[in-house]
Amino acid sequence: MSILVDRNTRVMTQGITGKTGQFHTRACLEYANGRNCFVAGVNPKRAGTSFEGVPIFGTVKEAKEKTGASVSVIYVPPAGAAGAIDEAVDAGLDLVICITEGIPVRDMIRTRYRMLAGKTLLVGPNCPGVITPDEIKIGIMPGHIHRRGPVGVVSRSGTLTYEAVWQLGELGLGQSSCVGTGGDPVNGLKHIDVLKLFNEDPATEAVVMVGEIGGSDEEDAARWVRQHMRKPVVGFIAGVTAPPGRRMGHAGAIISGGKGTAQEKLEVMESCGIRVTRNPAQIGRLLASVLR
Amino acid sequence: MKIHEYQAKDVLRRYRVPTPRGAACFSIDEAVKAAESLGGKVWVVKAQIHAGGRGKGGGVKLARSIEEVREHAGTILGMQLVTHQTGPAGQKVRRLLVEEGADIRKELYAGMVVDRSTQRVALLASSEGGMDIEEVAASTPEKIHKVFIDPGTGLRDEEADEVARRIGIPEAAVVQARAVLQGLYRAFDQTDASLAEINPLILTGDGRVVALDAKMNFDDNALFRHPDILAMRDLDEEDPADVEASRQELNYVQLDGDIGCLVNGAGLAMATMDIVKVYGGEAANFLDVGGGATTERVTEAFKIMLRNPRLKAILVNIFGGIMRCDVIASACVDAARQVSLRVPLVVRLEGTNVELGKKILADSGLPIIPCSSMAEAAQKAVAASRGSAAGKN
Repeated sequence: MSILVDRNTRVMTQGITGKTGQFHTRACLEYANGRNCFVAGVNPKRAGTSFEGVPIFGTVKEAKEKTGASVSVIYVPPAGAAGAIDEAVDAGLDLVICITEGIPVRDMIRTRYRMLAGKTLLVGPNCPGVITPDEIKIGIMPGHIHRRGPVGVVSRSGTLTYEAVWQLGELGLGQSSCVGTGGDPVNGLKHIDVLKLFNEDPATEAVVMVGEIGGSDEEDAARWVRQHMRKPVVGFIAGVTAPPGRRMGHAGAIISGGKGTAQEKLEVMESCGIRVTRNPAQIGRLLASVLR
Repeated sequence: MKIHEYQAKDVLRRYRVPTPRGAACFSIDEAVKAAESLGGKVWVVKAQIHAGGRGKGGGVKLARSIEEVREHAGTILGMQLVTHQTGPAGQKVRRLLVEEGADIRKELYAGMVVDRSTQRVALLASSEGGMDIEEVAASTPEKIHKVFIDPGTGLRDEEADEVARRIGIPEAAVVQARAVLQGLYRAFDQTDASLAEINPLILTGDGRVVALDAKMNFDDNALFRHPDILAMRDLDEEDPADVEASRQELNYVQLDGDIGCLVNGAGLAMATMDIVKVYGGEAANFLDVGGGATTERVTEAFKIMLRNPRLKAILVNIFGGIMRCDVIASACVDAARQVSLRVPLVVRLEGTNVELGKKILADSGLPIIPCSSMAEAAQKAVAASRGSAAGKN
């Protein structure tokens, strides 16, 4: 078992013909069951052609009808990426994973507003994607550092997540699924939503939650954990040393009006029973210590 | 991106938000001419810098004669204006706004930001104008009224009117206040702003609602569709290191410590600063070289870090996922050769092709300190920073 995606998931790729889309589609096809999972590409100008044996359709709707794909991954450049999410939502897909970084916030506010009426889930934007090790990789994470196992990983960042996964691997601990929720201020699934899924997933025995400064996703998730989580959760928050008022790379990583500090997040998490470390080199060991 | 007060007022006027009449001036003579053509008996001479708190720092002065306008313009233009937002060195004043004086009956506050939890634009309004709104929020949160604006309808008449009444706008001026608040929202929405603030929003003696001050910041990711906003960028107001970094598409933030950090990925870059602190050091910067770091970008990153006179060591922390370790190792070696590296260089590589990357570092003949884990790298960088400091003494 896993969350969100597994070997039976059928995926279409929006933006399959761009440089980024091509590069990562190749890697996703090569990973585990990728050849069977990635069944369609979408590009209105290249309909009827194919990429690496994957047929390209003019619209998301057509790709869904012809291939049965119910999940989309988006590499479309920022100016058109929110429109690409809208198209996937309008076509009634189950899940959209948007990798694109740099989408204007106003576009995401409108897109999220449109999504209120539907059932489609969104991961990202500005995220590494979702992987269920040895089954399917949707996104830009390096597949080879992952291995199948009992640890769920949820994070807002990319390379810091890979670091945590690598630390787990060094200790022989694999992952059930890893979800990058993305570094943007207005996004889809948040830590709390992913924790709810891990709580119900029989393959997940413990969860690593990696957060960063800005917003209150981690605090919201921590309060939910205290009430409902039946599995141990460990955490790390990046940015204890980040100065207020400065954006630290990610559009959403900013301490504003004294809110969203790493210290505050760590304190709330600890008070809700989440074991935290302030040393990012200790994430793997901390998880190992709670996994009996 | 930030703009000046006079520019923000230009934007707001396009959305029918009333402001005092005024003109931007770059010299004393321009200031005098502006005052003369405005007419009247009272003028305000306002320093235009991107930081707030200008009044307290002596950057805003009232003039009761043209002579006083000349005098104040002379004092303020060219001064190093220090406010709570500029840091101790202050910011040099290069532009002024000369405005007609206003008859203030009440000072109020209206602002807009993106609220992350509701994923909507939030209108914040308060009867406590002219003060730092964060202080009001901390001490008297009940005096801040919020509306989370429905993206489908915009700020509705009844919502605007209710907020106006709550912050003390008299009944006769509610319709005017509605136009101001709705104009503020349209300006925010249509220009892709990330912050819009009118502080103070005033009620004048004759019952008008006027934006006496204005501040707007914009979403950098949306500037591609707003060339008119982008044209307002004032590079004099930005840190030269930040300008250079943004030209190279590097995410760079200078900090107070002495260990330069070069990392791929924003989260890992923050975590690297944090782990330096865990082992007793202080990071000199946040620097994310991004996913596609080439030799050129890594070289520029080194150069930017080396401009910092406090720098005592550099810590490179790369998790090679998509980016291969051998590529980044070659880039580091090339970069270190191109710049004259005057501080110890600690490199931690992990991930794809890590062995090849380590070999490239070892074979380079450069005095690079290689490490396998983040913890080891941070410890060695801290030790190296102290060693090099001792070496100079």
